[in-house]
Amino acid sequence: MLEIFRNKSVASEIVKRIKDLNFPGKVRIMHVCGTHEQTIAKFGLRKLLPPNIKIICGPGCPVCCETAFEIDFAVQLAFMKNLIITSFGDMYRVPGSSLSLSDAKSRGGDVRVVYGINESVEIAKKNPGKEVVHIAIGFETTAPSTAIEILENQDLDNFSILCSHRLIPPAMESLLESGECKIDGFICPGHVSAIIGSKPYEPIARRFKRPCVITGFEPNDVLLAILMILKQLKEGESKVEIEYRRSVKPAGNTLALEKMYEVFEVCDKSWRGIGLIPNSGLRLRKKFEGFDAEKKFDVEITDVIDTKPGCKCGEIMKGLAEPKDCPHFRKSCTPDHPLGACIVSVEGPCNVAYRYGD
Amino acid sequence: MKRVKLSHGAGGELMQEFIQQIVSRIELKRTLEGSGLDKLEDSGIINLGDKKIAFTTDSYTVNPIFFPGGDIGKLSVFGTVNDLAVMGAKPLALTLSYIIEEGFSFEHLERITSSVNEASKRVKVPIISGDTKVVEKGKVDKIIINTSGVGMVYKLITNYGARPGDKIIVSGPVGNHGLALLAKRFGFETRLKSDCAPVWDIVDAMIKVGGVHAMKDPTRGGLAACLNELAQKSRVCFLVNEEKIPVEREARSIGEILGIDPLQTACEGRIVACVDASHSKSILEVMGTGASIIGEVKSRPKGRVILQTIVGGKRFLEAPVGELHPRIC
Repeated sequence: MLEIFRNKSVASEIVKRIKDLNFPGKVRIMHVCGTHEQTIAKFGLRKLLPPNIKIICGPGCPVCCETAFEIDFAVQLAFMKNLIITSFGDMYRVPGSSLSLSDAKSRGGDVRVVYGINESVEIAKKNPGKEVVHIAIGFETTAPSTAIEILENQDLDNFSILCSHRLIPPAMESLLESGECKIDGFICPGHVSAIIGSKPYEPIARRFKRPCVITGFEPNDVLLAILMILKQLKEGESKVEIEYRRSVKPAGNTLALEKMYEVFEVCDKSWRGIGLIPNSGLRLRKKFEGFDAEKKFDVEITDVIDTKPGCKCGEIMKGLAEPKDCPHFRKSCTPDHPLGACIVSVEGPCNVAYRYGD
Repeated sequence: MKRVKLSHGAGGELMQEFIQQIVSRIELKRTLEGSGLDKLEDSGIINLGDKKIAFTTDSYTVNPIFFPGGDIGKLSVFGTVNDLAVMGAKPLALTLSYIIEEGFSFEHLERITSSVNEASKRVKVPIISGDTKVVEKGKVDKIIINTSGVGMVYKLITNYGARPGDKIIVSGPVGNHGLALLAKRFGFETRLKSDCAPVWDIVDAMIKVGGVHAMKDPTRGGLAACLNELAQKSRVCFLVNEEKIPVEREARSIGEILGIDPLQTACEGRIVACVDASHSKSILEVMGTGASIIGEVKSRPKGRVILQTIVGGKRFLEAPVGELHPRIC
């Protein structure tokens, strides 16, 4: 089934229709998902579009949004005796104020890369004499799986999480609210929307009058979404449409949402390089605070450096700059020697630009 | 203090820097009229009058040690004979060293040695010297094998010879070795097997046709690292058509699930060659089914690999960076 979404003649047909629209003036369409940036770069889609249609990155990489404070906290924990830190692979090398988890590991910290939180729970069960702390990152996509593991393991007392889950629609609204960046429409994230559905984007379409198209991750999904956004703009419309119908229902995944909000509640949250965004985070409800590593372990974090001097990660995630505008990019900041966060994860805009050319 | 990390050995750019750092400290890098660490190729070359000898070494550590399509023993033989073969050298003899962790089972050791034996018989290359060391528990992970090999050069092929106008050929589907191992580690049920195999017969057939300008086997870092290295060393540009790169369906699917690109994943029985356009069809014929012309060599931008994607877009195909990790979503 996937074939049609990567079919060359289908792609050419969509590109032809985009060109036939003859859209006047410059259009800036933002996506807020690292996987979309990955698709766009991996398949070289920007080269297929007319020069006046620009696709820009938003704050769509969960690893990039994790603050230096959160990483410093995990690094400090990693140096504790009888404590195992588990992390997703792409978090492993993100620099905190001075060290990354990978640095902590090479200095003797017990840091283990896992593919899912379930592996972390297994490690906790196999090591009853040790504390296991999982760095729970990700947007609405991964928060339900964290919630389910907590619900199913409520008597596991040597397991806790560093809760770093964040919510996407409040970040999109905050970008529009600030008015710093010209955004004409949004390619909305497919995985996040499979959980939250289409409703959370309604305020963006209605109040801010920006077309929103929930989009899949194949090249022709993205091209089609661009066409749909341009059509809305041309007709003066702003509504939420679902291009990714094979996975996203308007109501989302109600069971996942129910579990997520059984365990978590909404809170204000800082985003690395961006700052505090109201209602953009999740924290454990009181009933589950025994799983909160920040409450369980007394760690003092001082001298946090969120953004290194000159680093443009924040501007890049707000759509104000591109990786090539950063003085460090490809010079003092590379995936092998990361200075900022956006160069590390394969979802990070600088990493994508580095790997696929910019 | 700067410390060595796993990514220093993962086949990406960091490993290249790391190797350079070590090599720059070695002053005697080659024999008279031969080539060696100065060229950083798959084997060093020793000149003996009108004959040339290729000499190489490699250490093998793999997790799991038994994997679909092979094991560390088979890998240790084929890996080293392939490093000779891609220089245009017929493998003559190998050495074999085991570094074994205390507590390693005899049964596994016997299985590995039988596998070394089978592989050596298959390529008809004897093992003429060896060594064993046993170290305390925890000092190595199960077993590390080192093999060194010598070969007789029939027609010297280097990484430096690709020329504009050449066709780029890959001998079969890429990424199978790395992805089969990852599949096993993550418990996927799959028919995908490591491509671990000797390549000398194919190389020999290609040399007999003629027109082979550059060659390399894509191991760590996969096809992407291999193409970039050839393009950089030959100071040319590679234009590669993604549609023409053979990738097995299961490899592609497992890669997508884990977020790992088969083009950046290790092969253990493939070769990439840049050949004269006029010979490309005959060379392709002798390479057998599965081989494919994936692109051609251009003059600039020098040292870069451009990929024409399956939907018609264009981007650079970069060598992988850091450790390959499954990603979050």
